[in-house]
Amino acid sequence: MREIKVGLGTCGISAGGNPVFQTLKDEIEKHKITIDLKETGCMGMCYEEVLVEVVDNGKSFLYSKMTSDKAKEMISKHIIDGNPIEDWIVKSEKITKEESFLKTQKRIVLRNCGVIDPGSIDEYIEHDGYKAIEKVLKGYSQEDVIDIIKDSGLRGRGGGGFSTGMKWMFANRAKSEKKFIICNADEGDPGAFMDRSVLEGDPHAILEGMMIAAFAVGADEGILYVRAEYPKAIFRLKEAIEKCKQKGLLGKNILNTGFNLEMRIKEGAGAFVCGEETALIASIEGKRGMPKFRPPFPANKGLWDEPTNINNVETFANIPWIILNGAKAYNSLGTEKSKGTKVFALAGKIKKSGLAEVPMGMTIKEIVFDIGGGIKDDKEFKAVQMGGPSGGCIPASMSDLKIDYDEINKTGAIMGSGGMVVLDETTCMVDVAKFFLTFTQNESCGKCTFCRIGTKRMLEILTRITEGKGKIEDIDLLIDLSNKIKDSSLCGLGQTAPNPVLTTIKYFREEYEAHIIDKKCPAKKCPALITYKVVEDKCIGCTLCARNCPTNTIDGNKKEVHFINQEGCIKCSLCFSSCKFDAIEII
Amino acid sequence: MTEISDLDKEVKKFEEKLRIDGKKRGALMSLLQAAQETYGYIPKEVIYKINEEADVPVADIYGVITFYAQFRMEPMGKNIIRICEGTACHVNNAKNILASIENELKIKVNETSEDGFFTLLSVACIGCCSLAPVIMINDETFGSLTPDKTVKILNQFKKKEGVKK
Ligand SMILES: Cc1cc2nc3c(=O)[nH]c(=O)nc-3n(C[C@H](O)[C@H](O)[C@H](O)COP(=O)(O)O)c2cc1C
Ligand code: FES
Repeated sequence: MREIKVGLGTCGISAGGNPVFQTLKDEIEKHKITIDLKETGCMGMCYEEVLVEVVDNGKSFLYSKMTSDKAKEMISKHIIDGNPIEDWIVKSEKITKEESFLKTQKRIVLRNCGVIDPGSIDEYIEHDGYKAIEKVLKGYSQEDVIDIIKDSGLRGRGGGGFSTGMKWMFANRAKSEKKFIICNADEGDPGAFMDRSVLEGDPHAILEGMMIAAFAVGADEGILYVRAEYPKAIFRLKEAIEKCKQKGLLGKNILNTGFNLEMRIKEGAGAFVCGEETALIASIEGKRGMPKFRPPFPANKGLWDEPTNINNVETFANIPWIILNGAKAYNSLGTEKSKGTKVFALAGKIKKSGLAEVPMGMTIKEIVFDIGGGIKDDKEFKAVQMGGPSGGCIPASMSDLKIDYDEINKTGAIMGSGGMVVLDETTCMVDVAKFFLTFTQNESCGKCTFCRIGTKRMLEILTRITEGKGKIEDIDLLIDLSNKIKDSSLCGLGQTAPNPVLTTIKYFREEYEAHIIDKKCPAKKCPALITYKVVEDKCIGCTLCARNCPTNTIDGNKKEVHFINQEGCIKCSLCFSSCKFDAIEII
Repeated sequence: MTEISDLDKEVKKFEEKLRIDGKKRGALMSLLQAAQETYGYIPKEVIYKINEEADVPVADIYGVITFYAQFRMEPMGKNIIRICEGTACHVNNAKNILASIENELKIKVNETSEDGFFTLLSVACIGCCSLAPVIMINDETFGSLTPDKTVKILNQFKKKEGVKK
């Protein structure tokens, strides 16, 4: 059997996957070749997109950075003539170029991503799909399932890290005729995309995880809350639910066991705070997404005041694997208190940007350098941002830190959902803090005074520091405000919003001081503190910068040294990035 | 002409949904989403229609509309550009991409171009961080952008759509 698979997750598509797919389709028809052409989800190696895998007699050849032209050539040389084009292949029996990216990974959550066609329920079933729910419905009691999940040591992957088994137990014990199960697919951390990849690449695994949870807690209605910015994920889930209904895996009397479960999707409408569970529930009820005081926890009083169990996408995707392989197989991976694997979304200034699933306890260095290939353009590694707006920046000096929930918490950052944005010497840490405060200040629902106004004041202080108007007392003022906001906010948004500021002050205080005392931005990022200049002996007068300048503030004739009029300069950096002769400097 | 009757059909569909779902609990957000899908924004009349049909106070409807970034009360351009200003895009100089779009289309974030062809919005993350900086035009995502590439994409888009008309 021969098949060609094209990675058409959102990442594959944005890298130009659709035209590649179309070309392959046309070529296959044109040459009347018998071969299956399929789409699959994100394979994790986003930095090599567009990825095309050829499977021939059980042998796999993974082509990277494909274009329509290359696809045409690949069909003629490899598929028709039988000569694989080795230069373009990153992984095959013979070629191990991407060994370092893959070698230490352990794929549980991502087991099917980039492997199966997410639109085909049959392929999911062929890959052990829906075996776990069958095993559960036909052989286990609710308590059995809860015990297995408890024993596995699985902790919620949505950020909090609460024991999943315990959570299920609380919801199970709550007495009510009606219970709900909710999947939190709001993935709000700007810079994280693990959940999107699983939603797009293996939607059935999430549905199966939810089914098992529904059985364990005694729920008969499931809702997936998906953020509106993920149209492809929504499409995939809708399709998957429809197919499950057709196969009798959702609805009444599932697999003839008397178990009933309905499932539906609720689209978010663009509010970060709705990732918080009580706000999410309010949003499903059609209201403004305002968080509520807990207790009562959703397990006792959730959606429509009924007991509700809510878990994250990645949490659910782990469940079928744990049921099939046993708690032991899972808890033998990881560290003492953080079991199993975690998917990290590597992004920012890293060479190999993509998804990596590794056992808990791997060090930052191993992830950034061994798997991620180090820093883009071989610049200096400065820090890694973990946990998004609720997290913090862990400096390069701590890169031997073993990643698990508790170790990360000690740094002042949090594990969060698994976003890892790598920062290099050209990233200004005050600017990063300001970036996150802009975000949380915007997204604060406004219920708690300190979160609503405190974050605004913090943003004003950070803004004046980046403009060179800061005072040295501002640093202490930021710390003081931070502690007050943490103490007097109701939900996780406010309680963690100061983290990006606190960690950057803790580890990069000298950068704050440079902005305040020397009026300099060491990373040369903050517009008010830098000036763009033409290096006279390097400029050859190619006019490129002048043509690129959005405000037409660069003067100069062809073949003559150019000049930047500072009054009109908006510090957009376009001249700097477009100059081919390094003739623009930032001072 | 066809465009008008298409819209009519859509409006009928929305009104039908309003009649059927209106009284269901928790329907308000999905009704507003359907309205926005139908009209491209949420017209004032629709707010009153929902108020009557679904029996939700107008104040509550406004409350929900203003809480969520997705809802708009003014008509939008024919095509929506969403520029990502998430963490990965921010550190990969998304602001240069923004500058090039603003410069090319002569609009700022939350504005619509004079010809009504593009509306520019900013979002927190498109989930395509590995290819930062990223923009989305309607449902299509474009990654690994440079200012040059962005302008090219905008022009290609105009050309493609122009031909269709
Ligand atoms: C401001 C805020 C945003 C959150 N965003 C998300 C999110 O996008 N996705 C998610 O799964 N959990 C998010 N959470 C955590 C949820 O409240 C909740 O703990 C989680 O969905 C529980 O699932 P888990 O036990 O499987 O982790 C957020 C929490 C806060 C305070
Ligand atoms: S940060 Fe831009 S796509 Fe995620």
